[in-house]
Order: sequence, then C-alpha cells, then structure tokens
Amino acid sequence: MSALPHKPGAEAIAEKGWLAAHKWLLLRRTSQVGILLLFLVGPWLKLWIVKGNLNYSYTLNFLPLADPYLLLQTLLAGQTPEKLALIGVAIVLLLYLLVGGRTYCSWVCPVNLVTDFANWLRVRLGLKGGAHLSRTTRYWILGMTLIAAALTGTIVWEMVNPVSMLHRGLFFGLGFAWAVILAVFLFDLFVMRHGWCGHFCPVGAFYSLIGKFSLLRVRLPAREACNDCMDCFAVCPEQQVIRPALKAINGTGPVILDANCTNCGRCIDVCSKNVFTLGWRRGADQQIISGVPKSAPK
Amino acid sequence: MDNDKKPKGSTRRQFLADSARMACGVGLLGLGLGLYARHATALPPAAIRPPGALPETEFSGACIRCGMCVRDCPYDILHLAKPEEPMSTGTPYFVARQAPCEMCEDIPCVKACPTGALDHSLTDINKSKMGLAVLIDHETCLNFLGLRCDICYRVCPVIDKAITLDPQSNARTGKHTLFIPVVHSDACTGCGKCEKACPTEIAAIKVVPLYVAKGQLSAHYRLGWIEKEKAGGSLVAPEAEHRYNMPEGMQYEHGKGLSVVPPGGAESTVPQGAVPPAPTSDAPVGLPRAFQGGKL
Repeated sequence: MSALPHKPGAEAIAEKGWLAAHKWLLLRRTSQVGILLLFLVGPWLKLWIVKGNLNYSYTLNFLPLADPYLLLQTLLAGQTPEKLALIGVAIVLLLYLLVGGRTYCSWVCPVNLVTDFANWLRVRLGLKGGAHLSRTTRYWILGMTLIAAALTGTIVWEMVNPVSMLHRGLFFGLGFAWAVILAVFLFDLFVMRHGWCGHFCPVGAFYSLIGKFSLLRVRLPAREACNDCMDCFAVCPEQQVIRPALKAINGTGPVILDANCTNCGRCIDVCSKNVFTLGWRRGADQQIISGVPKSAPK
Repeated sequence: MDNDKKPKGSTRRQFLADSARMACGVGLLGLGLGLYARHATALPPAAIRPPGALPETEFSGACIRCGMCVRDCPYDILHLAKPEEPMSTGTPYFVARQAPCEMCEDIPCVKACPTGALDHSLTDINKSKMGLAVLIDHETCLNFLGLRCDICYRVCPVIDKAITLDPQSNARTGKHTLFIPVVHSDACTGCGKCEKACPTEIAAIKVVPLYVAKGQLSAHYRLGWIEKEKAGGSLVAPEAEHRYNMPEGMQYEHGKGLSVVPPGGAESTVPQGAVPPAPTSDAPVGLPRAFQGGKL
C-alpha cells in the first residue's frame, strides 16, 4: 500500500467534530469493555450477573447463550449438549442473523481489542508490508478444526483457541494464555497486517458464514458523494468488502453484502462525506437510487 | 493472491495449485493439533474430574470449557485447566490434596453443566466415581506402621463402606494388631477427603483416576464362593477328606508339622492335651481375618 497522504479520519474530524468522527469506535469499545466488565464483576465483586464465558454463559439465571461454532464441534465429536445449551445456540444464531455474523468479532470478541491495538501501533510506527496470505485461509482452518473434531472425538481447536483462552483466562485464571495472546499481538504488529482476525481465526470465519444472511448492514446511501479519499479503505479491517458496494461493481446495490464485514462502523466515522450509514439489507440488489441527500440521516 | 492477472487458461491450474498449497499447510497444522490433542486427553493422575464426568476421551469432546461447574461449586474446589497444564485446556478438575469434593447432595456442578460432559443422570452423589482412593504407600501409612491413625477411615463420607479397617496380626511385634485401611471400589466415590486428611507429609492414600487405579479380571473368571452363594450350594462334588500318607507311627498336623503318634492315640483324632486345630484349618496362615469367615 502506498503512503497515505493524510491521517485517515482527519477530514471527518474537521467536518463533523471529533466525537461524531469517533462515534462508532467509542460505542464499539464501550460494548467490548462493557461485556468484559459484565463477566468480570462476578469473580471480582461476587456480583453474578453473568456466569461462564463466551463459550457458554448464563445471565441472571435466566438467559443461556452458547457459541454455535463450539457446539457444532461438540456435535461432530459425537456428543449431544443439554437443553439449555441448545436454547443458547438458537438465541445466538438468531441474534447474529439479525445484527450480522462478524459483529461478534468487532463488538464482543476480546481478541479484537488486542489486534486493533496491534494495528493501531503498526500504523503509528509506520510498519509496512509483511507476509501475505489469502484471506480464505481461515475457512480452510475452520474446515480443518471441524474435521479434527470429528476424527478425534475431542474439541481439538479449544486447546489452542486464543479467543476462548483469553476470555476464559480473564475470569478463571490466565496461566500461559498471555503468551499466546502476546504472540497474536506481535504477529499482527510485525508479521501480517490484520493477520489473526483477517486471515486465520476460524471463529470469525464461522460467524461470517452466519453473516452471509444477516440483516444489519453497512449501507452507502450517498455513495456518489465519495471523493475517493480512501479513508474508509485505510481503517477497514476487511478492505475487500467496501469496493463492490462503493463502486457499484457488477451492479451491486449500495449495501455492503460481504459476509466478512464486521459492522464495526469505522468507515461511517471516518467518512467526511457521510457516504456510509448502518441499516437493513433491503435493496441490496437494486441499482443506486440517484438523488439521495448528501448528508443522509444516521 | 495474484492469480487474477494471469491469462484465463491458467486460472483453473492456479486455483488447484493454491488449493493444494492451502490444504497441505492447514493439513499439517491439523496433524500437529491432532497429535497434541492425543497427548492432552491422558489425564494427569493428580487431576480429578468433577462428579459425573464422562470417560476422558468423551469428556474432552463434550465439555465446552464454559466453567459453569466451577462457578456453581459452593466450595470453590474446581479449576479450569490452563494452557500449560497437561490436559485439555479449559476443562475442569480438582486436586484432592488441596481441596477435595464435599459431595453436595444436590450436585450443583452437574446441574450447571450445559452439555452432557457431567452426566445429568447422576442424581445420587454417593454413586459418583470421580476416581478411586488407593492406599498407595504402605511404607508410610501410619496404620501400616502399627498406629491407630484411622483418619482416612474416619473422614470418609461413605465410612465403613468405601474404607474399612481390616485387622491383621502385627508380625513385627508378634502380639499387636494392624488395622489396615482397605478401600472398596464399589463404594468409593473418589471425593478425595481421605487424601486431603492424611496426616503424613505426602499423603499415603491418594485418589487417582479410575483407569489408573482399577484392575479388571478376565471375563471368563468366576469366583467360586460367589457362584456357590448364587447357586445356594456347592457346584462341585464335596471334596474328599484329606489324608496324609504317613510313615507308621507318625502323624502330621497343619501348623505343627510331623510328630510321633502318642502311645494308644488314634490316627485321626486330636492328640490329647494338644491345642485343638483352628476352626478354619483349610485357610492358609496369614489370610486376613475378614476372609476367614464361614464362607470360605
């Protein structure tokens, strides 16, 4: 990538003010940290709002939530979960069908905080280049973990999964999981841009499959207002998702339909032309409707 | 990937090459993980699974590492395995010597489990089989040394069923009794209270996973006395009376050896003035007294 002419988002800050240019980022960090805090007040203050971890949790002795990727591995390993876990999976599946599969990655997953920090530092230090690998690698790894579960009868991926290792470790004792997380951080910082979340993580890959059909999407109601400043492209963790919707490639409608969009909303923040907004997927296949107001309502 | 710049004819070739590369790379990763998984499914002997846990290989497929059992244990004895510990990362265990299972009657850990990893059909904690206590070190057990420690026996929640004290003669002193703690696997739940309470520096009695502790008879073995009890009588023809073929004028008595028949004494009668033979003279010397009942 060539050097950027300016700091991404600078124009948006000048145009909209700092707060409006960081709205979704702040909301997202609040969500990530808030979810961690909800889990942490249990062991810290003995205030049990949520028990468990991201694999399975039980909120207020009422709401079960379970990770469908993990439950799929259990099923493939030849085991059948109890009723609460099945209800939990159904709720989670419905939730992410509504709000977008990889929304999990950017709004819930604790590793995202680590890899976002790595990427932030990468930009600050001006580190460029590094290893290149197809972004489809994660689907191969996803397939491998499922096959491994079926062949061995154990949930193989859970032994090394940094996502659950970090989240569980924070509430049940980290052990050497910090070294694994540090490895992910250093890998993203020095070896590969968006390496873990964008190329390897099978958890994200699984959620992207749910996200193929999800309803909440980043929409581009004012895509003709785009001035090609490339700021959205610079901040997007899955850059390949923007172009088809922004440039109407092959008649794509003004909606980002790529399953790997994490709905992080950073593109909405940094766009000084208010091209992006969050909305439902309707009209995805239609051609752009001309005459959409330049500053679309949020 | 740069394959979209190639001429069209070679894209399929490129695709196949890319796929092969990916399959091989990820396959290698999978192989490594699979081998690692094989190692990690052998539970270390000090780690005991919560009540109702499935056999280890099934457990590591059923447990989703959520820690609900840890949270609902009122005594906080359970831990989730950390990545550096030699078992499946994130799975629950306890160490009996640190904090044993308190055997709650309502078994909250099993109730909390959202999968079948902890078997929900376990409703009586006394039927749980977390492991098996083994009096592993006869050299340091105080009761083996002749003391009346008895602590493991006293703290056992299934006292007189899971651990009994079997009296044996103390060969060292010649006049005392050893009260040997004997664990009975049919009643032992593996809670680990005995290991926790053992007063020696390192416990002489330890709870270990069943696969380590338990032997198994071959399927064709039959225990004669049990078969006899089931049938309500001896299954073989009554044993012929045992006779010794002695030189004339000699007799043999079990435990005493050869002796000269006293004058006028009959061959088969007890010598006058001698101690009458033990009532179970057919049992070998040194068999625990518990086994010397009428059934033998």
